[in-house]
Amino acid sequence: MPRPEFQAPPEIFYNDSEARKYTTSSRIIEIQSKISERALELLNLPNDGVPRLLLDIGCGSGISGETLSENEHHWIGFDISQSMLDVALEREVEGDLLLADMGQGLGLRPGVIDGAVSISAIQWLCNADKSSHEPIARLKAFFGSLYRCLTRGARAVLQLYSDNASQSEMIMKAAMRAGFAGGVVVDFPHSTRARKTYLVLTCGSSSMQTSLPKGKGEDRESCSDDDDDDDERDVDDKQTVGIYDRHRLSKRMKITKKGKGKAWVIKKKNQMRNKGYSVPPDTKYTARKRKACF
Amino acid sequence: MRLLTHNMLACNIKGVTNGYPLRLEAEKWVEKEVDFNADFLRGVFPKIDWPALVGAARALGFHDLLPVDAPDPSVLASDDELLRRFHRALLQLHVEEGGLVCPETSRRFPINKGIPNMLLHEDEV
Repeated sequence: MPRPEFQAPPEIFYNDSEARKYTTSSRIIEIQSKISERALELLNLPNDGVPRLLLDIGCGSGISGETLSENEHHWIGFDISQSMLDVALEREVEGDLLLADMGQGLGLRPGVIDGAVSISAIQWLCNADKSSHEPIARLKAFFGSLYRCLTRGARAVLQLYSDNASQSEMIMKAAMRAGFAGGVVVDFPHSTRARKTYLVLTCGSSSMQTSLPKGKGEDRESCSDDDDDDDERDVDDKQTVGIYDRHRLSKRMKITKKGKGKAWVIKKKNQMRNKGYSVPPDTKYTARKRKACF
Repeated sequence: MRLLTHNMLACNIKGVTNGYPLRLEAEKWVEKEVDFNADFLRGVFPKIDWPALVGAARALGFHDLLPVDAPDPSVLASDDELLRRFHRALLQLHVEEGGLVCPETSRRFPINKGIPNMLLHEDEV
């Protein structure tokens, strides 16, 4: 089944029956809630218990907004689909909702917002739905208005499902042109299912370069598809800004021309151990070259 | 839509320079209880455009709820009664039906079920 972005523009794709899924599917709700929690974490708001005024861009049915409300923040939500907003009204979300097109600019006064999150929404900006839509112009309007309305040092965390590298690059460029600094955090980069990409942008703060948190699940060499959610909550290491490309291979042992080397064998044995099989211990004899007649 | 949000919204039409504040037309509004948090109020106060807030409260019929001149931040910190009225105006009054009118172009953005429709037409972008 093709991605939503290829089927119809968002205000048409998210009609009443599609929007209904966002109330009834506990799986969707659970996934979106988790992503929202992570995005809020990446916002890195001061831990002083003071509620903030945040934006939820592409708030849809209000799942992400509820996460913000649970953490005591006030928020303003933007969405282009009336059907989805109706679902949010049914859920009686505490934030204010606006029926708006983020590609037209947010229309907010300068320097008033303490942070912005967006869950699974901004990839829609890259589509040209009507003949007068120009993705680049829309990205510019969006990022420009977002940059203006944020206070100094505030962050925007935008989780997106990126179709390909060129789309991510287009989005990143538009953000940089608007004045944002920042980078990409990828959680579980090795797992096709659990992999989540967050664009973490900051304005007016030069300390961003050294404080981009590490994506979850990067240390694990093997990340099989069953263990996507039982993550260790990594302590966020400090590392420099990195741009992760979906197509760039992770550090996998290349299969040498001579066949499967010792490193590969050891890696495989570790994988099996992680899965729970009983595996003989690694000794100096592991993967030692045997005689041909063995 | 609460008055907090109204205070942040400006007219987004291309070429408009004087699009703030949007004039509030409230046909139907309700009051909803919201937890009082002094820290939030003190934090958000510097960002609030006071005349716009007073104007919006007046549009709902609250002519004497807020002082005309913006209070000093120190006064706000100590005067609990004023803080509570500020809280009430900013967070508890919800406009359900009505509209927001751009002061420069008179373009009206309708409010239905509490949601303002800020979608611009093709020629306004």
